[in-house]
Amino acid sequence: MKKIVILGGGVGGTIVANQVARQMGQELRNHELEITVISENPNHVYQPMFLYVAFDQVVPAEAQKPEREILDRHVKFHVGSADRVDRNAKAVIMQDGTEIPYDYLVIATGSRPAPEQIAGLELGGYIFYTEEGALKLREALHNFQGGRIVVTVGVPHKCPVAPLEFTFMVQEWAKVRGLADKTEVVYTYPIGRLHSLEPVANWAAPVFEQRSIESHIFFNPENIDAQNKTITSLEGETLNYDLLVAIPPHMGQDVIGRSGLGDAGNWIATDRHSLRMEGADDIFVLGDATNLPISKAGSTAHFEADVVASNLVNLLRGGLGSVRYDGKVFCFIETGLKNATYIQFDYTHPPKPQEPTEMIHMFKLAYNRMYWLTPAGVL
Amino acid sequence: MEDVKVIDARGSYCPGPLMELIKGIRQEPVGTTFEVWSSDAGSAKDIPEWVARAGHELVQNTEDEGIFKVQVKKLR
Repeated sequence: MKKIVILGGGVGGTIVANQVARQMGQELRNHELEITVISENPNHVYQPMFLYVAFDQVVPAEAQKPEREILDRHVKFHVGSADRVDRNAKAVIMQDGTEIPYDYLVIATGSRPAPEQIAGLELGGYIFYTEEGALKLREALHNFQGGRIVVTVGVPHKCPVAPLEFTFMVQEWAKVRGLADKTEVVYTYPIGRLHSLEPVANWAAPVFEQRSIESHIFFNPENIDAQNKTITSLEGETLNYDLLVAIPPHMGQDVIGRSGLGDAGNWIATDRHSLRMEGADDIFVLGDATNLPISKAGSTAHFEADVVASNLVNLLRGGLGSVRYDGKVFCFIETGLKNATYIQFDYTHPPKPQEPTEMIHMFKLAYNRMYWLTPAGVL
Repeated sequence: MEDVKVIDARGSYCPGPLMELIKGIRQEPVGTTFEVWSSDAGSAKDIPEWVARAGHELVQNTEDEGIFKVQVKKLR
């Protein structure tokens, strides 16, 4: 019997499990193939909802479902914490000592916010990248009576459009709450324009001017003084704030470090086309866990999962597993509380942002509800 | 020549070559030399600009058959 083990029950890992299961149902039923998903969380979490939780538009329960309900019934689901991957034994070793052997391993462990990497951030700022963080920010916004809101951005981070989305949304939110004349919105960004994607930066610049959003480029947050409410960049600039909202820097998961599979940030060296771990024929890596220079986003994991699932099915049927990932990424961009746009790009085609419309915003809200069809392998 | 950590950011529109360099600089020790590979001509300008602001050293800035290669040493 061949064994596929998928480490991680997020969007990427779940899509791979369900797509392979759908295409190889016969082999699963005949016990010629076994697929096991390992996750420490029994629930599947749709993380983009946390942005809306911060604005009290949805509650955390709407962002999660039991992973077991999403997975194909022939896929095994193992809830627990992995201690390490043992490449020699070809097994995942769980913290309770259980060994889960594999013929093919898919690493879909994602990334984790690492606010501790910026001195003072945990004390002096808010993040909306976790349920707990989003709820704290919801409370802070609820109590906000006006002042200077500074948005700052750590590197690397997932969801690269989130800094702009939050900035546009909070500016409109202040207006709707009748706080516009008492509120300043300040945006900082690590490189020399408003967004890493030049067309998006060019589109955002006049919108910032029109909405009187102050911006500071080449600003990499280094130190936060929670008592005096100041933030200083490694480039040497200091700003005052009343409410600091950070897009936190991220790291790969600690299990990658314990397994000796990653670099100093726990990112795994991955072939940009085959999505195999460099130097390994039996390990695929997808989503945030890779070291690839592409957006850490759910859509990236989704498109990569399509490739990994196709290659696994092909390999198990005697093929070479040579389907290639082309770097495809797709992101919606909320441009306020009522309009949105989107971008799509790959390794060779730059994005071309479309004019924001209410229809795209409505579609994004609808997708938030339809999301569950994506890990199910339907959409 | 000392070891150089290559950051292959060809075809990286987002987060882009400079952001990949910042990621490398944040996680590697002082003294590390990076070589960023970029297919974007803008990298030959914006990487040196950030390196000067952040107090690191620009070691080399060359083009090799349409690939821009910028070497940077982490100083702090």
